[in-house]
Amino acid sequence: MRLELDGITKRFGPLVANDHVDLTVEPGEIHCLLGENGAGKSTLMNVLFGLLHADSGEIRIDGTPVTFADPGEAVRHGIGMVHQHFMLIPVFTVAENVVLGFEPTRRFGWLDRRRAHAEVRRLSSEFGLEVDPGALVETLPVGVQQRVEILKALQREARLLILDEPTAVLTPQETEALFRIMRSLRDSGRSILFITHKLKEVLSVADRITVMRLGRVVGSTTPDEADEKSLATMMVGRDVELVITKTPASPAEPVLQLEQLSVADERGVTVVEDVNLEIRAGEIVALAGVQGNGQTELAEAIVGLRPVRSGVLRVEGADLTDATPRERIRAGLAQVPEDRQADGLVLSMSIAENLILDQYDAPPFARHGVRDLSAMRAYGARALSEFDIRAASADVPAGTLSGGNQQKVVVARELSRKVKVLVASQPTRGLDVGSIEYVHRRIVDARNAGAAVLIISSELDEVLALGDRVAVMYRGRIVGIVDPAVGRETVGLMMAGAGEVPPPPPAVNATLGPGDGS
Amino acid sequence: MTTEPIAPPSSPQDAASVLPAPAASGTGGAGTGGAPPLYRRLLARLVEANPAVVTVLSVFTALVFGGILIDVTSSGVVHAWSHAGSHPGRALSLTFTTVADAYGAILSGSVLSPSTLGHAVSTGQGWAQVFNPISETCVAATPLILAGVGVAIGFRTGVFNIGAQGQLIAGSIVALYVGFAVNLPIWIHLPLVILAGAAGGAAAGLIPGILKARTGAHEVIVTIMLNYVFLNLLNYVLGGAPFQLPGQTNEISQKMLPSARMPHLFGSSLRVNLSFVIAIAMAALASWFMNRSTLGFSFKVSGANANAARTAGMSSTKVTILVFAISGLFAGMAGMATLSGTNFFLSSGYGGTIGFNAITVALLGRNRPWGVVWASMLFAMLDVGGASMQIRTGITLDLTAVIQATIIFFIATPMLVREIYRLRSTGAGALQLFTKGWSG
Ligand SMILES: Nc1ncnc2c1ncn2[C@@H]1O[C@H](COP(=O)(O)OP(=O)(O)OP(=O)(O)O)[C@@H](O)[C@H]1O
Ligand SMILES: [Mg+2]
Repeated sequence: MRLELDGITKRFGPLVANDHVDLTVEPGEIHCLLGENGAGKSTLMNVLFGLLHADSGEIRIDGTPVTFADPGEAVRHGIGMVHQHFMLIPVFTVAENVVLGFEPTRRFGWLDRRRAHAEVRRLSSEFGLEVDPGALVETLPVGVQQRVEILKALQREARLLILDEPTAVLTPQETEALFRIMRSLRDSGRSILFITHKLKEVLSVADRITVMRLGRVVGSTTPDEADEKSLATMMVGRDVELVITKTPASPAEPVLQLEQLSVADERGVTVVEDVNLEIRAGEIVALAGVQGNGQTELAEAIVGLRPVRSGVLRVEGADLTDATPRERIRAGLAQVPEDRQADGLVLSMSIAENLILDQYDAPPFARHGVRDLSAMRAYGARALSEFDIRAASADVPAGTLSGGNQQKVVVARELSRKVKVLVASQPTRGLDVGSIEYVHRRIVDARNAGAAVLIISSELDEVLALGDRVAVMYRGRIVGIVDPAVGRETVGLMMAGAGEVPPPPPAVNATLGPGDGS
Repeated sequence: MTTEPIAPPSSPQDAASVLPAPAASGTGGAGTGGAPPLYRRLLARLVEANPAVVTVLSVFTALVFGGILIDVTSSGVVHAWSHAGSHPGRALSLTFTTVADAYGAILSGSVLSPSTLGHAVSTGQGWAQVFNPISETCVAATPLILAGVGVAIGFRTGVFNIGAQGQLIAGSIVALYVGFAVNLPIWIHLPLVILAGAAGGAAAGLIPGILKARTGAHEVIVTIMLNYVFLNLLNYVLGGAPFQLPGQTNEISQKMLPSARMPHLFGSSLRVNLSFVIAIAMAALASWFMNRSTLGFSFKVSGANANAARTAGMSSTKVTILVFAISGLFAGMAGMATLSGTNFFLSSGYGGTIGFNAITVALLGRNRPWGVVWASMLFAMLDVGGASMQIRTGITLDLTAVIQATIIFFIATPMLVREIYRLRSTGAGALQLFTKGWSG
């Protein structure tokens, strides 16, 4: 399918999200759309998919102008979309979600479960996307939910597939698998519109690259002509420091101590086992590991969202093992949750309200149980400019923000408090290179100000760039704590459960054996 | 590289690029200039299915539906149409006048009747008659407003309090006791009665609140069951001392002392009394509470995203218990308001279906306290005016119940309303509230 977008303009009130955007996708092409957070990529894709209606401009398919009143029409024209934020029904099974809207039915319109399951199994083996058709979506990790979304789009025989930041939540292995699928789809003549913030991915998979900024197309190029540096510059409009430079850590006294910590998941299976970890004031420990090896649960246990099965958790020596989230926040703990929309934000509330979600009852935002709305608004406006959150004002609902800007709201909230312990899960998920640079710098600043920082990231680059020490998790255990200087290769092997575990770096005393519980 | 030259940010505003694009640079493309004109933006707002529009259209659609119902059940209209061949004009006009008469009767019975007004203006007498319909509407709306606001606060917090009926009865019993058992000057007695009603309702609300917070019991089931408990508790206490009216075998209570009764607002010939003012004041207080108090904020956050509330350190136990107490407090005051305002005693079946209509007006008012006030006034109008319609036109009072139910039907199925009026869908989160609360 040859797709042409011609002069697409979309406004939200005073804000011009797409400003006369022209874009052509050739048949059998992987076309990457690159741009800052809030550049208007998702908006453009939503217009193309019939979810939003352009104020002006034309969409042509194979030369014929088309208009889509709703996504159903877009699907009938052979367009499939995987959204930046999942559009799955949590209480339905995988199979039910995949066939939703196109259900195979038995007599009297009953859903034919068996055929739905068979269909999902066929698709998942055909494309190498492994899922359990009978699993409830709400119980699945995000990476698997993403696979369900892709299956759903593929099922409908899409000739043009829109993938809005699909790799933000995927492991490197899953990403590779997705790229194989994308290439084979391309080779079979289908077109793919692919949005990502990861420049390496762009260079490896794209046939053409279009760059947007401030709602406009600012250039287009190909992977042969571009490199990471030039792409970053084109996107952000200035030179970007792709890898953060930081001074060596000078760790002081231990702040966060985990002793023999074990944590179970919803089904009661132990997913974190006997973890001993000590993080000192002024150092960043980065937790590496393939997704699903217990990192998420460990982070949740530290911040109090998941009960600890056994072991002890201390902050500055105080036992917080059974403390409520509130008591932990009081004790100086801050967290960036992994899933910003599920745990981090209230989408229907304003950005300003979201920015003070954990301080709403403390001065200056409240006195004697009465909120001070003007203090909140003033603070919101300041945070907006400080963290470069792109929004019309701090009073608009957080749900209208672009994905990356939503992430910035969460990061801004957690980093603007003075914290003793920062637990950040995927802190730069969905951020553009410029914002990553900024958030990394803020995290290092927090470290320099004496915070003990734990970073959980599936991005090896991020782990190695930020961590003063790197702890590798495999099957619920910390299999080693190394200096990031050991390199990608070694850490990668450890993450896979193989490889020599190098001795811990001498400067720090990582206790790997059973703790003495003192 | 085929890159277009990337212009360096031309102004500081551009560089900071907080996006409300200045008209010059943002929309400066060929052909379009500036933002669309005001009327087009207004129209766009209207055709977007925002919840307020859907609500208004639901009421409108229900009234149209009620009109159709009036016509097809009217023998006159049906007869006229069966002879429409000879008198088509007559059939058509009868179709409209029948509906207009019915709705006119509702309005004159609940707001203002032109004939009594004319009479009063020409003779200078009978002004009480003029204001009686609106006074009655206010009296009927009073308990709906209070109980409805309580239910709405629950909905906003994500809990489904079906127990307003029981909490209302609990509040009434306590208020009644204070109202007849002690003899005090009115300026202290009346506030005590109000507090008693509030406390009784809040205590009854605490039961499901604590059960849900501590044991995870589903509040819908618990509150429905508790309604029966309180219903029977009322019958029990009415069966003997100290509540039963001495010398009675019927289930009728003693009367409240005069010092425990709400003063009339406009003289004794109009029943509207202080409890209406209290209801409005409580709605204002609730609005302030949800928007300005920290507790109300934690309610809203818990209702909108319980996970985010937990992450931010809000205690779901505390929120659950308190929201039920507050929701019950409002329901208890609703029971007290009618008791001390117009009834002065309790009998079996007191409260009617106020507790359930409260759910309806909460939904209709989109769970905003002021919305609940308007919805309650509308429902009270239909109730009060329905009686006068029945007298004047012979159309049965049940019609107003059908209209009320139809309104809720459309509110609960916003998709249908959007289809009927071809509204564009926005991410209409608020509309999903009806189904959301049930997931527990
Ligand atoms: N429904 C809406 N109402 C108001 N503003 C909106 C709405 N949807 C998007 N916007 C605004 O439009 C702009 C473009 O958003 P969009 O989601 O397209 O960005 P994006 O390029 O996908 O960014 P990201 O990389 O962060 O996902 C943002 O400033 C956003 O706040
Ligand atoms: Mg986006």
